[in-house]
Amino acid sequence: MTILPYLVAAFLLLAGLAGAVISRDLIRTIVALSVAQSGTYVLLLGIGWRRGGSAPVFADVDPGTRTVDPIVQALCLTDVVVGATVLSLLLALAVKVHQSSGSRDPDALTELGG
Amino acid sequence: MTRQVRTGLLVVGLLGFGALLVAALLAAPPSGRESHPYGDAASQISVQRQNTPNVISSINFDQRGFDTLGEEFLLFASVLGAIVLLRPTPGDKQVEVSDAPEPLDAVRALGVLLLPVVVLVGFYVVATGHLSIGGGFQGGVILATGIHLLFLAGDYKALRRVRPLPLVDVDDVVGAFGYIVVGLVGVAMGGAFLQNTLPLGTFNTLFSAGTVDLLSVAIGIEVGSGMILLLGEFLEQALGSQSSASSSGAGT
Repeated sequence: MTILPYLVAAFLLLAGLAGAVISRDLIRTIVALSVAQSGTYVLLLGIGWRRGGSAPVFADVDPGTRTVDPIVQALCLTDVVVGATVLSLLLALAVKVHQSSGSRDPDALTELGG
Repeated sequence: MTRQVRTGLLVVGLLGFGALLVAALLAAPPSGRESHPYGDAASQISVQRQNTPNVISSINFDQRGFDTLGEEFLLFASVLGAIVLLRPTPGDKQVEVSDAPEPLDAVRALGVLLLPVVVLVGFYVVATGHLSIGGGFQGGVILATGIHLLFLAGDYKALRRVRPLPLVDVDDVVGAFGYIVVGLVGVAMGGAFLQNTLPLGTFNTLFSAGTVDLLSVAIGIEVGSGMILLLGEFLEQALGSQSSASSSGAGT
């Protein structure tokens, strides 16, 4: 019984948000967002953790063995997939921004261009 | 808004948000507790009723297979989005693809040695998603990574030959719609969409668990080809075409 994983998750989320706001480089903003998102992985796995539980795969252990909660692990898998796809879209946007304006500093992007 | 004002607002906002967040987490059920009724119910359904040793695959491809359909099309849409965003624009001029700088001999040897091993592991992880740790999502990423060891080994042209992007496009669609077709099998057998109506077989053997493994393979095709397409677009962007704006952008 502990709340340490929750605190780590909160720290990752806050650190990622802070990094996204103060960053001066679009790539670093995207990395900071993915740090913030990894907080959600830690939170989900922390919720599902059962002390002494093994992986919820019963291929070589008896049914009824102590395992961690499989539902949040499945949700975490969804989370990872969504995270990776959003990351790739954001990186593609950053590439296009850099091509059209020649800069990766979000503060330098002050005007819209066609 | 100046930088100082923005940082000040950030500090105030983060302190407030952090305090509320910690207060909420302190009141939540603690981590490591004994009681997980939903998880236990899912394990029981997976092992006793659906004959699927890997509970996570059972949840993803059977108990909440419809959600995974949405997840798959999210992946599909974002790959499409990245391709549209990264398509060559009229300002770009196509240049002949040159190989990246020569890698170290050790990197080249390791890449060539690992390529078959990683691709084999990828197929294994996709095919046994219902039995052991893994499944379509993980195996698809391993497959795509394995093929890109060719790029690390310094042979971009060979990579282009083993993954002709128009064919991988078709693969992506096959994976996405394979999932729907397997779902319609449930309807054809007189059940609901994505219902696991195929024979469940013997526990812990390759041909068991009904549609779970088929859906896992469909997802493996979709994820693998989606990753290859994404990485391919970024590699083409970096190596294949050089836009006029970025080449005049003073090498930032």
